[in-house]
Amino acid sequence: MANPLAGVRAARHRLKETHPLSVLIAERLGLSVLLLWAVSVLIFAGVEALPGDFAETYLGQSATPQAIANIREDLGLDRPITTRYFEWLGGVVQGDFGNSWASGAPVSEQITKRLGNSLFLAFFAAAISVPLAVGLGMVAVHYRNRIPDRVINVLSLAAISLPEFFIGYILIVFFAVQMGVATFPSTVYDNMGWSERLGAIALPTATLVMVVLAHMMRMTRAAIISVMSSAYMETAELKGLGAFKAIVKHAAPNAIAPIVNVVALNLAYLVVGVVVVEVVFVYPGMGQYMVDAVTVRDMPVVQACGLIFAAVYILLNMVADIVAIVANPRLRHPR
Amino acid sequence: MTDPIKHFASRVTAHEMNRREFIGRSMAAGLTLAAATSLYGKAAMAQEPKRGGHLKLGLQGGSSTDVIDPAKSSSQFTFAMNRNWGDTLVESHPSSGLAVPSLAESWEPNADASVWTFKIRKGVEFHDGSELTIDDVVKTLNRHTDEKSESGALGVLGSIKGIENKGGDLVLTLSEGNADLPLLLSDYHLVIQPGGGYDNPNAGIGTGPFKIDNFEAGVRATFVKNENDWRTDRGFVDSVEMIVMNDATARMAALSSGQVHFINRVDPKTVGLLKRAPNVEIQTTSGRGHYVFIMHCNTAPFDNNDLRLALKYAMDRETMVEKILGGYGKVGNDFPINETYALFPESIEQRTYDPDKAAFHFKKSGHDGSVLLRTSDVAFPGAVDAAVLYQETAKKAGIDIEIKREPGDGYWSNVWNVQPFSTSYWGGRPTQDQMYSTAYLSSADWNDTRFFNTEFDKILLEARAELDQAKRKEMYHDMALMVRDTGGLILPMFNDFVNATTTNVSGFVDDIGNDMSNGFVASRLWINS
Repeated sequence: MANPLAGVRAARHRLKETHPLSVLIAERLGLSVLLLWAVSVLIFAGVEALPGDFAETYLGQSATPQAIANIREDLGLDRPITTRYFEWLGGVVQGDFGNSWASGAPVSEQITKRLGNSLFLAFFAAAISVPLAVGLGMVAVHYRNRIPDRVINVLSLAAISLPEFFIGYILIVFFAVQMGVATFPSTVYDNMGWSERLGAIALPTATLVMVVLAHMMRMTRAAIISVMSSAYMETAELKGLGAFKAIVKHAAPNAIAPIVNVVALNLAYLVVGVVVVEVVFVYPGMGQYMVDAVTVRDMPVVQACGLIFAAVYILLNMVADIVAIVANPRLRHPR
Repeated sequence: MTDPIKHFASRVTAHEMNRREFIGRSMAAGLTLAAATSLYGKAAMAQEPKRGGHLKLGLQGGSSTDVIDPAKSSSQFTFAMNRNWGDTLVESHPSSGLAVPSLAESWEPNADASVWTFKIRKGVEFHDGSELTIDDVVKTLNRHTDEKSESGALGVLGSIKGIENKGGDLVLTLSEGNADLPLLLSDYHLVIQPGGGYDNPNAGIGTGPFKIDNFEAGVRATFVKNENDWRTDRGFVDSVEMIVMNDATARMAALSSGQVHFINRVDPKTVGLLKRAPNVEIQTTSGRGHYVFIMHCNTAPFDNNDLRLALKYAMDRETMVEKILGGYGKVGNDFPINETYALFPESIEQRTYDPDKAAFHFKKSGHDGSVLLRTSDVAFPGAVDAAVLYQETAKKAGIDIEIKREPGDGYWSNVWNVQPFSTSYWGGRPTQDQMYSTAYLSSADWNDTRFFNTEFDKILLEARAELDQAKRKEMYHDMALMVRDTGGLILPMFNDFVNATTTNVSGFVDDIGNDMSNGFVASRLWINS
């Protein structure tokens, strides 16, 4: 019994009994850091493996051996890969993401602006699409296999089946070119007024809503239907529970987990995966910023973008899990 | 308007043709006297620029890695930006391509073109109010050529050995004579900056028609008029907004909905659709860029000149221009120079599609079996289609071409300049000498046809220092013939620059120097209403 580890293990077990959620969050956060570190190694190795380094790709066709050598020396690209990686990591640990190789400006400064733009667009797209999807899902369940359900299904499936750039082009043609009511291009910039900004993002927001709507709507519909047909709902009904009480106490906790998961996935997509929409609408978000950086192998920028994207995914997934656990008492005490 | 008449009209607008000449030539081209007179009136009216307004451009080619520092300028976007806020010592003439004065008033070479003296213009003010001095000029050129230079112009200026201020004049000493030196100084990287830009290369302080107001890399740049501009024949609008639009469809939508006045890089495949928009005018300019099929002259089976000739005759150039460029281009003649270059050798016969000759040379070469051609769409837009088209026309001559489609990523490092037969693209150079030195001199890094010809090398170096234009033209004629008849270059087409404006702007000049009216689009356009 002198094993100290056993004591620690027992303490951890006790802690888990008393504060299950805090322990889970702490564990998840620890794992996230590890995951982010692994992501940084992968990105670094990936960019290194691409043909051509920053000096060559940045100078392009006008490159001369002397200019390439000067840039390499300037940025220390001639040093071994491990030295460069750990130097970068050392900076990040202290909160310094370094300077962009291309522009020489601090990465954090540039990213703040672009991330702000991306979050701005994602926020409005989510604020419209999530309630709409869940609401439509419920309406579909209510009119299950009847006309409203069919219409909702067909329309949302049609929207998801079209590539996002195509939806974008259609909206541009009708609302910007032919009717002239919408703002295009959707470029936002410093010291632009709020109402102008909102006007500018109207079309890209509409596109994104159409793209993510179907996935969340169908998951809501499927989750509720599957729960409603389960045995314990029948039991609840048989033991005389009212329909509303049965849904709140038994159906909702079980249906919320899959819905939240899908919502989280789509929110993450709205932040990190919309580069095509950005390009079509000429919107200065994170996606285009990272693509530009990858094109010239601008490592500090690629790394910072990659880490932010990974962090967004990890964070949203964690939030989804926590919400699911909080909502469902059965998951709080896993055996 | 038909093309020749449109061309005459643009020459009237550019003060290069008078009324008599214009009407005479237009009537010769099939116009009635009344129509020609009225057209002349319109073209001459277009000479009177309207001032004021806010000009918006939607441009392809911007990236969030762009910087203002002209030494590091490499995108289409920063190229056009440089032209707005800065000036170079020399500019190239829009239609002849010859060197014309800008910040340098005049210049004189010595007898063997190895020492050049430039008189620098007096009374020119930078945006920060300081006056342009010879010191600024010397320091600027130093910054682009010193041992720490990261400049894109370093390759062009490689032969400059001395940059000095002699009694207020700029004196450049070269390691070897170069009759084209003034044109080399028109390179868009070589914007003259106060103190050479050593202190703050990204300050964007220059002598150009517009001052930088705001710049967000990869998003947009805004400019306001420079009220103290030393020239009055440019910079007509009050402010300019350049927006990065990398998506071709987005550019077309922005132009046809009137959100911008100008876009670049119109896709030849959709230009027909854009033309239908009532408020849009397509602006095409002959370019120096060319789409090529390159063979290594020193690698079997392409080390046989008969096989190379067979493959050259098997190319249907007219159809290529028609199908791949949508008609927006000119046929090539298997040497990398076209009429937009000064001293272009006009007298060389145009090579045409000739299956019989191709079959004859193919048989003579003794080659047996198929020929492997590698391609990818990154080589040039439509390269894979072009390869298939070529395969078809070669088949009629009994030549079997096998096409291998290579991945786009890494094409320039793994296929181009590595494999013996591939598709590729070349942008133009300011002079014939530059074009040949970059890719056809035996010692050139980018000799992508492995063209080794000591006679050619010798004439190239002689022509570089030759100040007698007639002699020089003769030399370029001989060099062109050597490349055309013995080289590994199949050059089916030169692509035009296809831009578009809305109909309420005027002043676009067809400038053979480069795309977007040689980058001067914002300083040349004005808004009519």
